[in-house]
Amino acid sequence: MSKQIRQLDRVVIRFAGDSGDGMQLTGDRFTSETAQLGNDISTLPNFPAEIRAPAGTLPGVSSFQVHFADYDILTPGDAPNVLVAMNPAALKANLVDLPRGADIIVNTDEFTKRNLAKVGYASSPLDDDTLAGYVVHPVALTSMTIGALAQLDVSKKDAERAKNMFALGLLSWMYSRPYESTLRFLERKFAKRPELVAANVAAFKAGWNFGETTEDFAVRYEVKPAKMPPGTYRNITGNAALSLGIVAAGVRSGLPVFLGAYPITPASDILHELSKHKRFGVTTMQAEDEIAAIGAALGASYGGALGVTTTSGPGVALKGETISLAVALELPLVIVDVQRAGPSTGMPTKTEQADLNMALFGRHGEAPVAVIAPKSPSDCFYAALEAARIALTYRTPVILLSDNYVANGSEPWLLPDVESLPDLRVEFATAPNGEDGTTFLPYLRDPQTLARPWAIPGTPGLEHRIGGLEKADKTGDISYDPTNHDYMVRTRAARIEAIPVPDIEVEDPDGDARVLVLGWGSTYGPIGAACRALRQRGLPVAQAHLRHLAPMPANLGTVLRSYDRVVIPEMNLGQLANVIRARYLVDAIGYNQVRGLPFTAAELETMLEEVLKNV
Amino acid sequence: MSEPIALKLTAKDFKSDQEVRWCPGCGDYAILAAVQQFMPELNIPRENIVFVSGIGCSSRFPYYMNTYGMHSIHGRAPAIATGLSVSRPDLSVWVVTGDGDALSIGGNHLIHALRRNVNLKILLFNNRIYGLTKGQYSPTSEVGKITKSTPVGSADAPFNPLSLALGAEATFVGRTIDSDRKHLQSVLRAAAEHQGSAFVEIYQNCNIFNDGAFEQLKEPGTRDDYLIRLEHGQPITFGKDGQFCVVHPPRGFGLEVRDTAATPAEEIVVHDATVADPAYAFALSRLPGFDLRNTPIGVFRSVRRPSYDSVVQEQLTEARAKVTETPEQQLAGLLSSGDTWTIS
Repeated sequence: MSKQIRQLDRVVIRFAGDSGDGMQLTGDRFTSETAQLGNDISTLPNFPAEIRAPAGTLPGVSSFQVHFADYDILTPGDAPNVLVAMNPAALKANLVDLPRGADIIVNTDEFTKRNLAKVGYASSPLDDDTLAGYVVHPVALTSMTIGALAQLDVSKKDAERAKNMFALGLLSWMYSRPYESTLRFLERKFAKRPELVAANVAAFKAGWNFGETTEDFAVRYEVKPAKMPPGTYRNITGNAALSLGIVAAGVRSGLPVFLGAYPITPASDILHELSKHKRFGVTTMQAEDEIAAIGAALGASYGGALGVTTTSGPGVALKGETISLAVALELPLVIVDVQRAGPSTGMPTKTEQADLNMALFGRHGEAPVAVIAPKSPSDCFYAALEAARIALTYRTPVILLSDNYVANGSEPWLLPDVESLPDLRVEFATAPNGEDGTTFLPYLRDPQTLARPWAIPGTPGLEHRIGGLEKADKTGDISYDPTNHDYMVRTRAARIEAIPVPDIEVEDPDGDARVLVLGWGSTYGPIGAACRALRQRGLPVAQAHLRHLAPMPANLGTVLRSYDRVVIPEMNLGQLANVIRARYLVDAIGYNQVRGLPFTAAELETMLEEVLKNV
Repeated sequence: MSEPIALKLTAKDFKSDQEVRWCPGCGDYAILAAVQQFMPELNIPRENIVFVSGIGCSSRFPYYMNTYGMHSIHGRAPAIATGLSVSRPDLSVWVVTGDGDALSIGGNHLIHALRRNVNLKILLFNNRIYGLTKGQYSPTSEVGKITKSTPVGSADAPFNPLSLALGAEATFVGRTIDSDRKHLQSVLRAAAEHQGSAFVEIYQNCNIFNDGAFEQLKEPGTRDDYLIRLEHGQPITFGKDGQFCVVHPPRGFGLEVRDTAATPAEEIVVHDATVADPAYAFALSRLPGFDLRNTPIGVFRSVRRPSYDSVVQEQLTEARAKVTETPEQQLAGLLSSGDTWTIS
C-alpha cells in the first residue's frame, strides 16, 4: 500500500530507554542521517552518571532528544513530538515532558509485570487511560528484532541488543532519512565482527520495512532541508569542537600542544579526542590527579608549549593554587571547565553554569584571569582558539567555561577555511632586553600588551629564575617591598582589564525594545529562541550575549543602561547578575534555575512576557 | 659520534647574582656549593639546565643557580617538572625538594613521577623537620618527636624515603650526606648519567630546628662504624676495621648485619645496584634504625627502563613520521573528517 507523505517544518524526537539500550548511539545515528539531509539540528543527550544503573529502573533511563527543522533553530526543542520508549521506565520518566497529541512508540515486549512493577505501574499504561490523548504505536520491538535475525548466526543476546537499530530503522523510515551513512557506520563499528554488522543491518532494515508495511503507521513525514549558508558542514558536539579548536590553536601558533588532564565527567571526551592527534604535535598526559594535570601543563608552557588542562568544576577547585601560580608567573595556560551540576560531586552528567564565581574569583590573593564562554556546540571551536589567543598574546591563564549542555549537545557546523583562522604565532625572547644590552629582565613588559617576555629554557643568555614569591618589577627578583607589591598587584589586574575584546552586540531587529535579555555561555540558544518567539508575536525584546566574562566588553555598561529593564537568565542562582549589578550599578533581574537541564524556550518566553508587561 | 665541545664552565658560572638567604650554618649551603662545583662536569650549557622546586627552605635552591629555574608550589615540583621534561627532552631537569614538600604535601606527585620514570633528577633534602614554618615535625621525623606542633611527642610513624621510592619502583635510588662533598658529587654524577627518574636522598642538617639529626654519620668517632658505603660489585663490609658485613639471613626476606670475622666470605653480600627486583634495594633501605646505625649511602639501585619521556616522544615521532602535508592541510583534513555534507 502507498503511504501518505506529510510535510513538516520541524520535529522533536526523543529516544529513551535503559542505559544499556544504546539510546545515545541511536540518537547519534538519527542525527547524522538528519544532518546529511540538510536540516538544521540541535541535540540534547540526557543520561545518568551510572554506567549501568539497575536495568529497567527510573534512575537507569537514558535519553537523546533531537530537534530538526527546515529553518535555523537554536535549541534541542522544549517538548518532544515523538517519544520512543524502549521500556516502562523510559515511558514513565519522559511522559511528563510530552504534550498531549504526541506520538509514542513503545516497545511492548518490555511491558512485563515485573518491569511495570519496577517503576510503580499497578497496571500497564498501554491498557489503562494513562496514555489517553496520545497517539500510541505499540511495537513488539524486541521480538520482531529477534525474529528478523533468526536466520543469522548470532546469539539471542546479540540479536536482542540490535533492537535499537530496529527502532532507528523505523524512525528513519517515518521521517524519510537517508540511511547509507548508518550502514557505513555499522560496518566500521563492528569491523572485527562481521556477524554483528549483518545483525545490526538486518535489524535496521527490518525496522524500516516494518514502517513501510504495517498499517499502524499510515503517514510518512518529510522535513525539507533548511536554508543554510553554503559550504561544507558536519554535525559536531561541543567537546569535539573544543578539541579541534585546541588542535587548531597548536597549528595556528606553530607551538606544540600539551594537555594535562585527569578523567572527569563531562570533560573526559576532550582528553580522548586530543590523544588521537599526536601527528599534530599534541601531547596528552593522563596525570595522577587534577593538580598534577595543570602542573604538567604549566611546566610545558614554561618550556614553550601551549599548555592546556581540561576538567570540570571539582577539578578547577583543585587547580586553583596552580592557576594562581600561573598568574604570578605570567605564562600562557588554558583551563577548560566543562561545568556540571554541583556542589561537590553534584550531578556529574547534568548541566549548570554555577562555576562563574569560581572562574572569576575563586583563587587566593588578587589573581585575575581572562574568562570566556562558548554559546553553542560549534562555538566551542572558536572559543578554544580565542582562549589560546588571549593566553599566548597576554601570557595569562584563561578559563574557558563550557558546560555539559554544549559539551554533549550537537549542531551542524559550517567548516571554516583554515587560512581564515586567527594567526596565533608568538615570539619567544631571544636576546637580553636590559638597557645595558647584557641583562635580561623577565618582568619588563611590552607597553602595548603589558605581557612579559616568554623566555624559554634553552635560550642562551636569558637564564633566569621565576617563582611564586612576589617579584620586583622588571628584574623579577624576589621582593617584599610594599610599593612594589602594590604596583605588581595592580598591574596584574590592569593587564587583564586591558585585553581588548570585541564589543557586545545587541540583537534588536526593530530597535524599539525596552527590555534587554543578557546571557552568557550555553543559554544562548533558549534565550534566542524565546526572543524570536516574542518578536513574532509583536513583542519587542533585545538580546545580548556575553562571550568574554573577564574582561567584559568596553561597551557593556552603555548597552545595559540604554534599556529600561535588564533580565539575566542563568543556570545558577544569579552569579552574572551579581557581577553586573556590582560593576555597572544596573538593577538587573535574575531568572534562575538549577535543575540540571537547559532552559526551555517556552519558559523563558513566559517569563519575559511577564517582564514586558510590567515595563 | 664526534666528541662534544668542552664548555669549560666553572662553579662560578653556576652562581646566580642572588644573595643566599639560608640560616648561617645550614646544610643547604654545602649542598649548593657541591652542586655548583659538580655542574660543569656535565658539560651541559647552562641554558639547557632547569631547576624546579616546591616550597620550603630547600626549595629556594633554584634562585641561587644561574640556570633556568622555577620556584613553584608546595609539593608540586615533580608534576610541573614532568610537563617540562616530557615536552622538552633536550633539557636537563632537576627537582629540588624537602621531606615535607616531597613526602607530605607532594607525596602523590613524587611516587607517580618515579613510577612513570620521568627523566628527572630529584634531590630530596631530608632534615626530618619543617624549617621554613619554624619547627614542626615532618613525615620523616622519628616517632615521639617533640616539636611545637607535637609537645608531647609525635604519634605517627615516619616514611623511609628510599623504601617509598623503591616501592614506587624508582629506577635509580641513592642516598648521600650534605657534609661529604666527594660522596655527594659521586652520587649526583651517577644520578645525572641515569636515563629516567633518579631519586637522591641527601641527609641535611637543620642547625636551627633539628640540629645534629645525622651527627653520628658525620662525627669522625662514629661515622665509620655507622655508615655503610655501598659500592657496586664490592662485598658490603663496613666499620672502622671492616668488622661488620651484610648478609642474607637463611630465613626471612631482608638483609642483616653480622661480624665479618664470624662470617664466611662467600656469605657476604656483593652489592649489585642493577638487580631488577627492587626487593634487594628495599632490604638495604631497611637496614638502619632511627639510631642511624647501619646506614647505607651510595647508589642502592640503578636499573634500565625506558623513561616516560622517551616513550611519549617515540609515539609522537611515529605519529608524525608519515605526515607529508603541511599542518594547515592536515588541519583542514581533520576538520572535514567524518560525515560531512555540502550546501551549495
